[in-house]
Amino acid sequence: MTISAGWYLGLGVILFSIGALGVLIRRNVLVMFMCVELMLNAANLTFVTFARMLHDIGGQVLVFFVLVVAAAEVVVGLGLVVAIFRRRANTTADDLHLMKG
Amino acid sequence: MVAALGAVLAAAVGSGHASWVDVGTFAVAAAIVLAGAVGVVVARNPVHSALMLVMTLFGVAVLFVLQRDPFLAAVQVIVYAGAIVVLFLFVIMFLGVDRQEDIAVEPLRGQRPLAIGLIVLGTTGLLLLGQVSRWTTGAPHVAGVDAGRQSNVYLLGKSVYTTYLFPFEATAALLVIAVVGAVVLARRPPTSADPLPDDGPDTTGGTADGEPTPSDPAEGTDPANGAGPPDDDQGSVPSDTGRGADPVVPADPVDPADPVLTPEPVGSAEEARS
Repeated sequence: MTISAGWYLGLGVILFSIGALGVLIRRNVLVMFMCVELMLNAANLTFVTFARMLHDIGGQVLVFFVLVVAAAEVVVGLGLVVAIFRRRANTTADDLHLMKG
Repeated sequence: MVAALGAVLAAAVGSGHASWVDVGTFAVAAAIVLAGAVGVVVARNPVHSALMLVMTLFGVAVLFVLQRDPFLAAVQVIVYAGAIVVLFLFVIMFLGVDRQEDIAVEPLRGQRPLAIGLIVLGTTGLLLLGQVSRWTTGAPHVAGVDAGRQSNVYLLGKSVYTTYLFPFEATAALLVIAVVGAVVLARRPPTSADPLPDDGPDTTGGTADGEPTPSDPAEGTDPANGAGPPDDDQGSVPSDTGRGADPVVPADPVDPADPVLTPEPVGSAEEARS
């Protein structure tokens, strides 16, 4: 009837990996935030898939909360970016080496 | 990639009992999701990254619909594509950082191959794990049944407001904290000299626009502001502006004190550290 859950979970794995790769190799802080969003979406997809597999509403509720936390994270993170940009006029993560040993 | 998708399609249809419509929808949505995700990572312009992110989010929403979860798909489109990505774009445009970034430059030598190797290794491991083991070992419908006659929205709302009531309230607190944090972070920092003269001429300018008709409450504020600068003669006009000038004048001795006070503990702390 519907596609087996393994395909969804595999897609979630690949999506999460692409997001993690972006966080690791990109230097622009804004793009890094977007890659974090990709990872959160992969987790959401996995939650929904498990909710469908187990016929459990809890997974969908958790997706709801993940959405809220993602919104809060983006708001605070972009506030940080604005504050950093005001000091440095640059949004590259490599320039924030003030605490480098 | 298209050939791989075709193989995936054939395998899905041949192995399972999925209908062609579902399989086709899944394949197209998955292709959109993956293409968007790769676009987010490799796009040089942050604006293009944000638009690719929108593409991925729509693909994920389609996958939600495909899994009989229309409410979360709507929330995904509204909240993510409608609010979060717009916030991203707003900050990108606001800061003016929408210039090209040279991806070919690799500041840390060896970091990029190492990252790619680690990610490929982890992804392969996870996919193999999914092949050789069972994906789920949990008991079905512990938190609530997601099947039956009730609609998805009904079940979700009931669950949020009964079983998950406390996390829901904690979410409200989290949002308030995030709003306060964003306001504090994005506020222009109170530097020593610049904002205060800006504030001063603003209020006095506002009063200069009004007609200088002295009134009783304004006269009452005059002796209170007697220690203030002579600009207060202009400020002591209508009662409204007189009241508005009051918080400004006590702020004058306070704010210069801040930059004076704050460097001292920092300096002493640095001395103590060294």
